[in-house]
Amino acid sequence: MKLTINGVEHEVDAPPDMPLLWVLRDLVGLTGTKFGCGIAQCGACTVHLDGAPLRSCVTPVSAAAGKAITTIEGLSPGGRHPVQRAWAELDVVQCGYCQSGQIMAAAALLAAKPVPTDADIDAAMTGNICRCGTYQRIRAAVHRAAVLAKGGVS
Amino acid sequence: MKAVTPPSRREFLKTGALISGGLVIGFVVPGAKRFAVAQPRPGRPFVPNAFLRVGSDDTVTVLLAHSEMGQGIWTALPMLIAEELDADWSKIKVEHADAAPVYAHTAFGIQMTGGSTSTWSEFDRYRQAGATARALLVLAAAQRFGVKPADCRTENGVVIAGNQRARYGELAAAAAQLPPPKTAPLKDPKDWKLIGKPTKRLDTPEKITGRAQFGMDVRFPGLLVAVVARPPVFGGKVRSFDATAAKAIPGVRKVVLVPTGVAVVADHFWAAKLGRDALKIEWDLGPNAGLDSTALREQFRKLAGTTGTPAAEAGNVADALGKAAKTIEAEYAVPYLAHAPMEPENCTVRIGPGKCEIWTGTQFQTLDQRLAAQITGLKPEQVAVHTTFLGGGFGRRANPTSDFVSEAVHVAKAANAPVKTVWTREDDVHGGYYRPAYLHRARIGLGADGLPVAWRHTVVGQSILVGTPFEPFMVKNGIDATSVEGVSDSPYLKEIPHHRLDLHSPKVGIPVLWWRSVGNSHTAFVMESLIDELAQAAGKDPVEYRRALLKKHARHLGVMNLAVEKAGWGQGPPKGRARGVAVHESFGSFVAQVAEVSVEDGRIRVHRVVCAIDCGIAVNPETIAAQMESGIAFGLSAALHSALHIKDGRVQESNYHDYRVLRMNEMPVVEVHIVPSTEKPGGVGEVGVPPIAPAVANAVAVLTGQRLRELPLTLAT
Repeated sequence: MKLTINGVEHEVDAPPDMPLLWVLRDLVGLTGTKFGCGIAQCGACTVHLDGAPLRSCVTPVSAAAGKAITTIEGLSPGGRHPVQRAWAELDVVQCGYCQSGQIMAAAALLAAKPVPTDADIDAAMTGNICRCGTYQRIRAAVHRAAVLAKGGVS
Repeated sequence: MKAVTPPSRREFLKTGALISGGLVIGFVVPGAKRFAVAQPRPGRPFVPNAFLRVGSDDTVTVLLAHSEMGQGIWTALPMLIAEELDADWSKIKVEHADAAPVYAHTAFGIQMTGGSTSTWSEFDRYRQAGATARALLVLAAAQRFGVKPADCRTENGVVIAGNQRARYGELAAAAAQLPPPKTAPLKDPKDWKLIGKPTKRLDTPEKITGRAQFGMDVRFPGLLVAVVARPPVFGGKVRSFDATAAKAIPGVRKVVLVPTGVAVVADHFWAAKLGRDALKIEWDLGPNAGLDSTALREQFRKLAGTTGTPAAEAGNVADALGKAAKTIEAEYAVPYLAHAPMEPENCTVRIGPGKCEIWTGTQFQTLDQRLAAQITGLKPEQVAVHTTFLGGGFGRRANPTSDFVSEAVHVAKAANAPVKTVWTREDDVHGGYYRPAYLHRARIGLGADGLPVAWRHTVVGQSILVGTPFEPFMVKNGIDATSVEGVSDSPYLKEIPHHRLDLHSPKVGIPVLWWRSVGNSHTAFVMESLIDELAQAAGKDPVEYRRALLKKHARHLGVMNLAVEKAGWGQGPPKGRARGVAVHESFGSFVAQVAEVSVEDGRIRVHRVVCAIDCGIAVNPETIAAQMESGIAFGLSAALHSALHIKDGRVQESNYHDYRVLRMNEMPVVEVHIVPSTEKPGGVGEVGVPPIAPAVANAVAVLTGQRLRELPLTLAT
C-alpha cells in the first residue's frame, strides 16, 4: 500500500484494517503521533488527512491511502508553524505526551477558523485530553497563534 | 532501603575529570556505563557519571538525577547549576542520568522522583556542582591570564580579568586537569540572577515537534512488541491457555507465560494486541473474585464505628464532646482512582550476556534496577536503566514493586529477545495500583464561641506503604503516615485541646499506590469541608472562622489572605455564582484556593480559581504557576468526575469515556499568586491538588445548600 506522509511517498506492508496510528509509529517510524486511548477519546493520535483533523488510532490505514497525511513531524519545517511558535511563547507543554495531538488539533482549527472564539476552541479541543492540565495555556496559545498567523507581533 | 548521607564536600570536589576535552563534575561510579555520550580520550580514565559536563564547544550539559514528567525540573535543576556557574543559559543542554548510586536522592537514598522533592532536595547539591565547576574554570583562566583567581570574574559563560577573556569551552580541558578547589562558596541570594526569575522550559522545542523521546517511542532494529493478557481479577493466575488463534495472527512471533499473565510478542503493537485479544485463557480467579466497592464501603463504615490505632491524641476527647455546646457529625468518602497518565505504561528491555538494558519512563530507577537484577540473575550494576521522558507520572511510575518494569523484564527473558511491553489504556485502568478509597468519620464539639473544643476523627482505608521497602521508616506504631497526613498534622487539630485520630488500615486485595498529593488528596477535602461545616454551624464567614483558628499559623494565613484578597472575597461573587475557600499545607508548601462556581443544568461548573502559594524560595515562578494550574486541573478531575467501581472483582471502568477526567471546556480561569519568601524551598508538583476539591465543595454548599461529602461531587437531583 502506498501512503503519502508529510509529502513523502511510503510503501507499507500492512493489513488494510490496521489503524493508521500503528502504521505511522511502528512501520514508518514516525513516533511523534501518540497512543493514548485507542478509542478516539483522548486525541493524542491526531493527524491531518487532506488537512482535516483525524484520530489515527481508529482510522484503518486503507482509509488514508491516496490522501495527504500530515503528522506533527511534517507540520512545519523547524517547528515554526504559528501554533508551535505560540506554544513556545506561552510555555504550554508539561509532560508533553498529548501535545502533538493538541498542536495538530489547534492547527486544523486555525486553518478552518483563522480567528476562533473561546467557544470554537472548546468545540475543537475538548476531544484532546491533557492530564497535566495545560488547557488554560493551550487556549491562550491558540488565540496567540491566530495573531501570529496573520503576521502580527503583539 | 537505608537513608544515605549526602556525599561530603571533599568527595564532591575531587572528581573533576576529562571527557572528550571537557570538564566533568561528579563522582566515579564503578561498573556503570554511559550510553550515547562522547567517548573518553584514549588512555584516560572513563568517568561515567556527572552532574554536568562543560564541552569544548561551550555547551553545559546538565545530568538530571530525577525524572522529567511535566513538573519542570528539566529547567529548574539546570537553573541551580547555571546560577552558580554563571553559565550562558543558551548553551545549556539536559539529559536524564542513567541509574547509578551517585544519583541517589539526597533524602531517600535511592534514585527516584516523588513527594514533590526534586527541587528542594537538589537545591544545595546542584548549586554546589555549579560552584565547583566555576571555581575550576576560574583557576584555569587565572593560570592562562597570569593573574590571581580573585582577580577574575565570571559572566555568561566567560571568565574575565581586566581586558582578558576566555570562554568556558576554551578552558574546559585545562580546568579538567586541575586539582579540586578547597572551597567553592555559593552565591549570596542577593546576587542571584536566575533563581527566582520566570524561566521558560528547556524541553519545549522537542515537545512541540514530536521529537521528544518517551518510553513508548523507543525503537531499534530487532525490537519486538508485547501486549500482556492479565487476570481479570487482582491476584488471579493463569490455569491454562490456548495460543493457537493468537499465533495465527500475522506478525505474532511468540506467546510466553510470565508471572503476571500471558504475553503475545509480535513485530509491532497492533499484531501483539490482536494476538492478545485472540488468546483463550482459563483463569484461576483466586480470592478476590467477590470484591465489590459498594460492599467495601459498608465494611469501611462499620470499621469507622470501632476503635482503631491512635494516630494523634490529646486531652480527653470523649469527655469534652459530652460537654460541648454543639456537636457536628459527618462521614466523608472518596473512591479508588487510577492515575491514567496520558502515556500508558510501557518498558523496553534488552537482555544480553552479563547485562540488561532498560528504557522506560520511571520515577524509581534504583528499585527498577534491583528488581531487574533479581529477575535476570545479574548484579544491579549490570542493569542499565535509561530514563526517557515520562508521559505523566502522578505516582504511577513510582511503584515499589516496579510492576511494569518487572513484567517487561520477564517478557524479554521468556521471549529471549529484546521486547517493548506496552499496556493499552484498558490495561492501565484495570491494572491496579490505585489511590485507595477512604472513608472518614468525624465528631466535633463546638464551644459557646462557635470554635471547636473537641475533635474525634477516624480514617479507614488501605495502607499504601505496608509491604513496601518504605514501610520500615514511614509506618510507625501501626500508622501509615500517608493515610493520615493532612489530618494528623492539621493546624486546626493542633490548636484543639481534646482530639483523637484513629486509623483503620483494612487489608484488601486491590493494589494501591500514591496518587499525586497522596494522603492529602483526601484529607484536605475532608478537613477543609469540615471547617466550612463548623463555620456554618457557628454562623460565621468561612474566612473569618479560619482566621480565628489559624492565628498561630502565619504561612497558612498568608496564603489564605492573599487568595481571598485577589479573589475579591469581600465584594461577593458574580450573580449566579458562589465562592468557596480552602487552605492546606503539604510537602513543605502552603496553598490556598478560592473557587468560583455555578450550577448549570444540574452540573457543577468551576469558572475561576484564585490560587496563592507559599513554597519558600520560588526557584522558577513560571514552573510554579504552571504546576498550580496543573494541580487544579488534576484535582478537578477527581472532584468532578473520576471514580473506579469494582463488582465481582472486576473494575467496571476501562478508558477515558467512563473513567472521566477534566477536559478543555471545563477548565476554569486560574490565577496564581506566589508569596515572596526566603524560607527554604518546599514542594510544588503536588501541592496545587489538595485544596481544589474542598474549595469547590464549599462553594457548592453556599450556592445550593447541599453539603457534598463524597468525591466525585454529585448534586442530588
